[in-house]
Amino acid sequence: MSKDLRNYKLVIWRQASPQEKGGFEQYQVDGISPDTSFLEMLDILNDRLIKQNIRPIEFDSDCREGICGACGCLVNGQAHGPRQKATTCQIYMRSFENGDTITVEPWRAKAFPVIRDLVVDRSSFDRIISAGGYISVKSAKHADANAMLIPKPDADQAFDYATCIGCGACVAACPNASASLFTGAKISQFTLMPQGRVEREKRVERMVDQMDREGFGGCTNIGECEASCPKGISISAIATMKAEYLKAALSGRTESNASDGAM
Amino acid sequence: MKLDSKIPGGPIAQKWETYRSEMKLVNPANKRKFNVIVVGTGLAGASAAASMAELGYNVQSFCIQDSPRRAHSIAAQGGINAAKNYANDGDSVWRLFYDTVKGGDFRAREANVYRLAELSTSIIDQCVAQGVPFAREYSGELANRSFGGAQVSRTFYARGQTGQQLLLGAYSALMRQVDTGKVKLYERREMLDLVLVDGKARGIIARNLVTGALERYAADAVVLATGGYGRVYFLSTNAFNSNATASWRCYKRGAAFANPCFTQIHPTCIPVAGDHQSKLTLMSESLRNDGRVWVPLKKEDCKKDPSSIAEADRDYYLERRYPSFGNLVPRDVASRAAKAVCDEGRGVGPSGLAVYLDFRDAIKRDGRQVVSEKYGNLFEMYEHITGESPFETPMRIFPAIHYTMGGLWVDYNLMSNIPGLHVLGEANFSDHGANRLGASALMQGLADGYFVIPYTIGNYFASYPLPKVSVDHPEFAMAEAQSRDQISRLARVGANGKTTVMEYYRQLGLIMWEHVGMARNQSGLKKAISQIQQLKQEYWENVKIPTETETHNKNLEVALRVADFMELGELMATDALERNESCGGHFREESQTPEGEAKRDDQNFAHVAAWEYKGEGQKPALHKEPLQFENVHLAQRSYK
Ligand SMILES: Cc1cc2nc3c(=O)[nH]c(=O)nc-3n(C[C@H](O)[C@H](O)[C@H](O)COP(=O)(O)OP(=O)(O)OC[C@H]3O[C@@H](n4cnc5c(N)ncnc54)[C@H](O)[C@@H]3O)c2cc1C
Ligand code: FES
Repeated sequence: MSKDLRNYKLVIWRQASPQEKGGFEQYQVDGISPDTSFLEMLDILNDRLIKQNIRPIEFDSDCREGICGACGCLVNGQAHGPRQKATTCQIYMRSFENGDTITVEPWRAKAFPVIRDLVVDRSSFDRIISAGGYISVKSAKHADANAMLIPKPDADQAFDYATCIGCGACVAACPNASASLFTGAKISQFTLMPQGRVEREKRVERMVDQMDREGFGGCTNIGECEASCPKGISISAIATMKAEYLKAALSGRTESNASDGAM
Repeated sequence: MKLDSKIPGGPIAQKWETYRSEMKLVNPANKRKFNVIVVGTGLAGASAAASMAELGYNVQSFCIQDSPRRAHSIAAQGGINAAKNYANDGDSVWRLFYDTVKGGDFRAREANVYRLAELSTSIIDQCVAQGVPFAREYSGELANRSFGGAQVSRTFYARGQTGQQLLLGAYSALMRQVDTGKVKLYERREMLDLVLVDGKARGIIARNLVTGALERYAADAVVLATGGYGRVYFLSTNAFNSNATASWRCYKRGAAFANPCFTQIHPTCIPVAGDHQSKLTLMSESLRNDGRVWVPLKKEDCKKDPSSIAEADRDYYLERRYPSFGNLVPRDVASRAAKAVCDEGRGVGPSGLAVYLDFRDAIKRDGRQVVSEKYGNLFEMYEHITGESPFETPMRIFPAIHYTMGGLWVDYNLMSNIPGLHVLGEANFSDHGANRLGASALMQGLADGYFVIPYTIGNYFASYPLPKVSVDHPEFAMAEAQSRDQISRLARVGANGKTTVMEYYRQLGLIMWEHVGMARNQSGLKKAISQIQQLKQEYWENVKIPTETETHNKNLEVALRVADFMELGELMATDALERNESCGGHFREESQTPEGEAKRDDQNFAHVAAWEYKGEGQKPALHKEPLQFENVHLAQRSYK
């Protein structure tokens, strides 16, 4: 274990409820080992606050290894903090110098209302997925998995889009608070796979419409989303989404034109 | 308590098929009259909720996280088994069945395991149809790799994120049903109690984690898919919110808890670095396909730079002790072997509690590119945490708590002894005996959810009269009041307590790891029981928590879980004490072979130990379900 212990000044957003106005508060946290993760540092701070009868800082986390997408806050203005391709839970205190001041805020977006402190409501993402982020197959007997060959490069690229963890960093980093990278990634995954092509028009139309309805902003190709994505998802997802949307509109096979009378 | 496993008759290979065709059915128009509560949205819960909704049942789906997609299954890395025999290396349903029964050290039910092996192939077809981007060969076919305890390549994977991709598949099926209106989602809810009406499971009490409100939900059946209880050890590979509360409260309502002492220690985790740590990170078992495990032969070399240690001075102890399985021995065997070399003083790293997992030879053989394609994200994860690159220096690994084979007792229908309460996935005890083979949990969760419960739930509905029950029933009020009392009591203590929940949680973890961990003995287990009882008493007198109950309060959530973990920890130690044999992950020092391998006692312990709650402060009652082995010959496990 490292003997090198460090001290930090934390400036953290506190907001007791969605209705109340929030504000920054300052906390001194001393004696932190550089092998401590950022969230563990907050755990330590919280235990100290609790003993002083100060309300601890609420934040979401679960896997604490960068895969569930539960954690996420702006650290010194950067979504998920100073490291590229990492989530907040994957940040270690060795990334900060002894004596640093660290500012911590929740994701800021109209479509992600604050619940408490650093905890936000991201259910808008779930609603985008339920508008078409799936292939409509039942749990049943299907053709043998190897009956359908998928070229390895396509499968690999589909995976690169499917790796999205739904954390919301792309929205938080985007000056327009757009969810285009999130939505585009799912659409691109399915566009690359034969299984996904059957419903492609309806999917893209409904998902994009839902995204707009949730109050996310439009994409103006700034690229902050790609830079902040902990999984390194390529902004090409957004180009695919836009192209698919256009193609769908021209195809006449979208939801609004559905001939099977669905909905 | 009567434990009837309801295993259908007939030859093992036909049991499920025959049973399925004889089950009672609910006609399509009537299905919409039935309501099902599914607690949990991991692989088991999400697949179950989606599949039952597709059939027409009305489903209410609950999870603790802010989205069903974040269930702990998302973190599974290595892969999922299926007896496809795509590698043409001799795999078959029978072989997967056999490997699983043997891997579980002959403490699982044959019939359940056979069904699992049988369904494994449909799972892969199902997931491919859903668009899960599995790894593929250049031919466009699906790729496979090997996992421990098997001599065939039957593991399907999606880089090192197989759980994520499978869960996103199940989640998408779930969200499709949310879209159709057949599933209603309740996120950020924690089930605190099971409500029984006329002895049947008819609803739950859940706490809204945003508002703190206690809410009542009624249904015709309850399906629990709430995962495992590895977090009873505090440090484990499980997610921070993984917990036993739902299972434990069902236990207290009369559900039998089976084999609680069967826990799995995973051999390849990143070692503990300090006392600030909140969890341990797994390095997938798939790494043992290409990584070689070793420690220095001589103690004096342990602190040296590993690259300076000559080949002749390295002890590849798994390859030496188990030549035919080598680095791919099952997890329990690999974990104990690591402990043994560290106990001899040959452990490496700052704490001396680690062994090397070395990719030098694989990189030399296949090139950096190939190794990176297979394990890139795991190597990155390792580097994030330790600051060292496995391309340059061997990984340091050590065993950690990973999975719990024990869980609520279920019959062949996956129903507990409480009618209407079904239990799926890691939360039940059913398929892995005393040790789970790698890549078999994902398989089990999905088999339970996609292909078993959709049938057996119909059979339940068609077999029992289920008069309408509403949340106004007095049983709901009573259960809610009990939960409310417990919360107020905690808040009262919490106002003036001195020691935080996290401090108690760590203490509990240390007791469990020390005495109910990799090696157990009578005196240690007795000590654990008395230490836990004392800790529990102190907890209820001295725990410090923020006292707001009517709002989002993470510490209060955790405080409730820790209270349950303490009680469960005691039951685990009790079960471990009772089982005076070594089997799978349960290693009793009193029962070992001269070479230090686990020694089973089939004469006295070829049974499932199912515990019945008898009330606060009372010793629980032990019921034994004998295990019959008609197809696999009971034999001492050997991986030599
Ligand atoms: C790091 C890691 C890697 C793994 N890798 C593999 C692998 O490669 N292959 C393999 O086969 N297995 C693997 N496993 C094991 C496997 O991931 C799990 O056993 C499996 O995913 C469990 O799935 P589940 O659906 O039973 O439960 P979980 O996925 O744990 O889901 C539990 C659900 O229940 C909910 N819940 C819990 N309690 C409550 C409550 N009181 N009220 C409401 N909701 C509640 C949670 O919110 C969650 O939605 C791995 C495990 C870990 C920890
Ligand atoms: S806690 Fe899961 S990604 Fe950070």
